[in-house]
This record gives sequence, C-alpha cells and structure tokens, in this order.
Amino acid sequence: MGNEAQPQDATASVDFQEVQQTERFRTLRKRHRSFVFPMAVIFLLWYFAYVLLADYAVAFMSTKVWGNINIGLILGLLQFVTTFGITAWYVSYSNRKLDPIAAEIRNEIEGHEFDKGGNVIRGGAK
Amino acid sequence: MNAIMVPAVEVAALKDTTLLNMGIFALFVAVTMVIVFRASRNNKTAADYYAAGRSFTGSQNGTAIAGDYLSAASFLGITGAIAINGYDGFLYSIGFLVAWLVALLLVAELLRNTGKFTMADVLSFRLRQRPVRIAAALSTLAVCFFYLLAQMAGAGSLISLLLGISDWGGQALVIIVVGALMIMYVLIGGMKGTTWVQIIKAILLIAGAAVMTAMVLAIYGFNLSNLLGSAAEAANNPNVLNPGLQYGKTETSKLDFMSLGLALVLGTAALPHVLMRFYTVPTAKEARKSVVWAIWLIGLFYLFTLVLGYGAAALVGAETIKSAPGGVNSAAPLLAFHLGGPLLLGFISAVAFATILAVVAGLTITAAASFAHDIYANVISKGKADAGTEVKVARRTVVVIGVLAILGGIFANGQNVAFLVALAFAVAASANLPTIVYSLFWKKFTTQGAVWSMYGGLAAAILLITFSPVVSGAKTSMIPGANFAFFPLSNPGIVSIPLAFFLGWLGTVLDKRREDPAKQAEMEVRSLTGIGAEKAVNH
Repeated sequence: MGNEAQPQDATASVDFQEVQQTERFRTLRKRHRSFVFPMAVIFLLWYFAYVLLADYAVAFMSTKVWGNINIGLILGLLQFVTTFGITAWYVSYSNRKLDPIAAEIRNEIEGHEFDKGGNVIRGGAK
Repeated sequence: MNAIMVPAVEVAALKDTTLLNMGIFALFVAVTMVIVFRASRNNKTAADYYAAGRSFTGSQNGTAIAGDYLSAASFLGITGAIAINGYDGFLYSIGFLVAWLVALLLVAELLRNTGKFTMADVLSFRLRQRPVRIAAALSTLAVCFFYLLAQMAGAGSLISLLLGISDWGGQALVIIVVGALMIMYVLIGGMKGTTWVQIIKAILLIAGAAVMTAMVLAIYGFNLSNLLGSAAEAANNPNVLNPGLQYGKTETSKLDFMSLGLALVLGTAALPHVLMRFYTVPTAKEARKSVVWAIWLIGLFYLFTLVLGYGAAALVGAETIKSAPGGVNSAAPLLAFHLGGPLLLGFISAVAFATILAVVAGLTITAAASFAHDIYANVISKGKADAGTEVKVARRTVVVIGVLAILGGIFANGQNVAFLVALAFAVAASANLPTIVYSLFWKKFTTQGAVWSMYGGLAAAILLITFSPVVSGAKTSMIPGANFAFFPLSNPGIVSIPLAFFLGWLGTVLDKRREDPAKQAEMEVRSLTGIGAEKAVNH
C-alpha cells in the first residue's frame, strides 16, 4: 500500500522542547503572532463596526455621497478593499519575515541538530 | 426601461428551455465523469483518496475552494436576497468574504502543517486522542449533515424552477439522480475527482457571472449609480439601497442580524469541508496561496452578485421574481433569461446544478473521511486498521451518507436553504472554532477544555435552534402549528459562540490533569515551521 506504510517522519528523535526554547524559534513565533493577532483584532473590529452601523445607524448609512451611491455601499465596498489589502500584506510579510526563518529551522532539524540525547554537534559557532 | 411589463412571458419561457438545460447539464456530467475516471487511476493510498495525494497546486486548490464555498445558497440565494431585500442581501456576502481572513491568518497554514486528513487530526494532536477525536468527528458529521441537507433541499427547489418539474415525485426522482451522480464521483474519484469537479464548476460559475455582470453594466453605461437608481425605481422604494429593509424591522431582528454576522465571520474557518481542502496541497505555503486565490475569486464573485442582484431588481422586478416558481432563488436564472435568452439561461441553470453536485461531493468525502479516519481507524480499531481497510470503510461510508442525503433531501425539500446553511455556519463556529484557536495558540489548553467547548458549543447551537422561531411559533417555521420557541433569535451564534469559548477556558482552568508539554512543543514547532509535515505523494 505504498508510502502510507513508511514511518511517519524522520522527526521522531527531535527534541521539540529544545527547539521551542531556541532564540530563532522564539523570533519566528513572535513575528508570526505580532502580525496575525493585531491584524485579526483590527479586521474583526472593523467588520463589527460596519455591521453595527448597518444595523443601528441606518440614516447615516443611507446618506447619499454622489448619485445613488451612499455611505453604506462605500463602507461595504471598503470591506472588500481591506480584505484584499490585508491578504496581500500578509502574503508579503510571510514571504519576507516568516518563510526564510521557518526554512532555516526546518533545515537545522532535518540536519539532526536537535536530536535527543545531547551527543550531537550544536550547530557550530552560530 | 419598464420592468413591470416583462413578467409572465419570462416565467412561462423558463419551462420551454427545459431540454436545453438538461442537455447542457448532461454535457457537464459527461465531461466531469471522464476527468474523474482519469483522475482516479492513481488512487492507491489513503492520502490519495482523502487528500488527492497532496498534489494540487495552491491556485488549483484555491479555485476548488471557491467552487466548494460558492454554493447554490451563495449564487442563487445572495442574488435573490439583493434583488428582493436590496442592501441587506449585500451584508451576507461581506460576512462570507471577511471570514476568509480568519482562515488565512489563524488557521490554514498551521492546520496544514500539523494534520493529516481531518480536522480531528489537529485538535487531538497534543490532547488525549480518544475523547477529542470522537467529539471532533461528531461535530464534523453534524456540520456536514446540515450543510448537505441544505444543498439537497436546494436541489429540489432549483429543479422546480429550471426543469419545470413541479410535482413531488418528479422532484424526488431528480434528487435521487443528483445523489447517485454525487456518490459515483466520490466513490470513483475520491478527493482528486471531487477537486476537479469543483475546479471546473468554479470556472464556469465565475465566468458565467462575469458575463452577466458585464451585460448588466453595459445596459447602464457602466455607471453603477444609474443601475442603483433604476433598481430603486423598479422596486418603487428608495430604501432598497439602504440597510435595514430585512433586518431593521424590530430590535429582535437587529440583534438577530448581529448574531448572523458573528456566525458568518467565525464559521468559515471552522467548516470541516473547507479545512480538509488544505490537505490537498503539498506545503503550508501552497495552503496560503490557496486561501489567497480563494479570497480573490470569492471577493470578485460577490462583487458580481451585487450587480446581478440590483440588475435583477431593475430588469426583472421583485414581483416577477417572487411569483416565479422557486421564488427568491429564481432571480439569477430569470435575469440570465432576460439578458441572453434560453442559451444563457440553460448555461446558468446547468452551472447551478453543477454547483450543488460539487458542493455535495465535497461534503460527502469530508464526512466519510471523518468517520473512517477518526471514528473507525483511530477509535474503533485503535489505530490498528491498515490504510487499505480504512479507505474501504470510507468508500462504504460514502454510499451510506449518499443515501442519507438523498432521503434527507427528499424530506427537507422546500425548506429554507439559507437558514440551513446559516445553521451549519453557527454550529461550526460554536463547536469547532474555539478548540481550533485554543489548541493552536494557548499553551495550557487541556482535553477537558476541548471536550467541554466542543460538546457545549454543539449542544447550545442545536438546542437554541430547536427552540427558536425557525422551528416553531412563526408562519415561516418548520412546524408552523406548534409553538415551543422561547429563544427569540433565528441564529444562535451570539449566544453559543461566546459560550463555547468560555467553556473551553473554564474546562481548562478546572482541569486537574496537565497535558504533555513535549507534545505542545512539538505541535507549536511543527505548526510554524512545517517540519515533518505530510509531503506530496509521488507516483
């Protein structure tokens, strides 16, 4: 039955707690969380502000800006714009700040630098 | 443009195009069947069957996600809602779109890195396997069931409109045909076949909507303001351009809208069939690309529905739409007929059918995988079953779920489709999302917290729905004669979602057992770095 039978991965010997404590991993985690958490809070607040306005400030939302286009429609379309914008921002942030460091850690682990037992070379002079 | 003149002729003309509709739909089925057969040649392992060998690219998977997500409720439902209720219909699409940011930022990549086939893989990663897996599998099955029921019920009402079959027996027959086709797709093609069906359908749907949007805008000289003005004029009510037409009536309905908004934005990232799609790509980076593609395609599509909805209001008219067979759901097909005659109507109808088929197939394989992988392989046979047996069980489950969906679809025929979908979102957001977020980000989270949150959220959502005006006490209820509705809102999200988050926290702080810190470290490292993540299958 092919590749399913293979041992799950070569990481059985990795001491993940040690990896978790490394400076590099903590940087990765911090960079990830310091982007996604504030961003999640911001877009959720902005979304609920919009929903509340549509729900309870009908007169304001119905104010016409030009032609038949009112504030409600503009704010609604802005929700689309911010969604696209945050998406693009996150992708560029990940490519620059997250992917390279994640790849480094992955390569180190695959190079057996964090095996259990402590009898291994600790990544040289780094 | 005198919209009030068009009506009766168009509704009558719908039935004359039945043969054409069926022809185009048959062509779609034939083409996809060939592709499914070709795709199934390499289905050997469990990873092939459940996760398409993890061999799709981000853009392919993103298109498939759009195909999976833009269900009949999205296309027919939102266009119809905008045509009838104006701005309030537009609010739906915003919730459905913004929700993808939760998936992009908090869930997709981390899930791809830590799981194998199902949502339960991730939730039970560092907690005790049995209780968490069972709870996750049960909520997966519950969400899939409601969503499936919605789609099958939608198939019934769509048929009455598009094929001119109005008697109950004829509709039941078509539901059986749709169900049987779906079983074949999933049985033969597995995830690979299902994915291709979704990709083809997404392209057809988005292209069809784009053409119609361009045609509508062309009529109004590509001036959105003119279109809106014409829609307000046709409706004889300037308020179609303002919020509140549907939800602004009473304080309860306003609160209900908040509840719906919460369920929509938090539900998407917890829908098991959406989560499972992230396993069909080789890496977390491709999972990210999938979501990005999906966000662009889905966002674009919802912008189209805004034009189509107001276009239908202006060109077809709300009265004509409401009196057509299929009611609100007929706005998009009627507009297609108005714009492009029988051929465009036939195309759009076939796409709508394909939509139901593709979404139902995706749900079925998710439910089957959850049963075979979580309940059968990991709980009943305690991980001793080999992959071959597991896939065999999954295939049998597909048939059982298919039959249940057919029966449920016949029984639920005529029920409100949008409500069933919103219910699935509320159940997903309550039962799954707190545990997904806690287990990915909260170090101290324990098994007891997960179990409390999942069962508590699931039970609260379903109980509140049972005792809401949706089931009894109102003219539009499922059981209009009875009245045991003590919960005033038709969407439970505003109560059940915070409750589930609270229970997850409470269960954890009251838990005397501590989880293994080594497992927590492993999950955190894996989720962020992708070390040891399941790779693509090489054939």
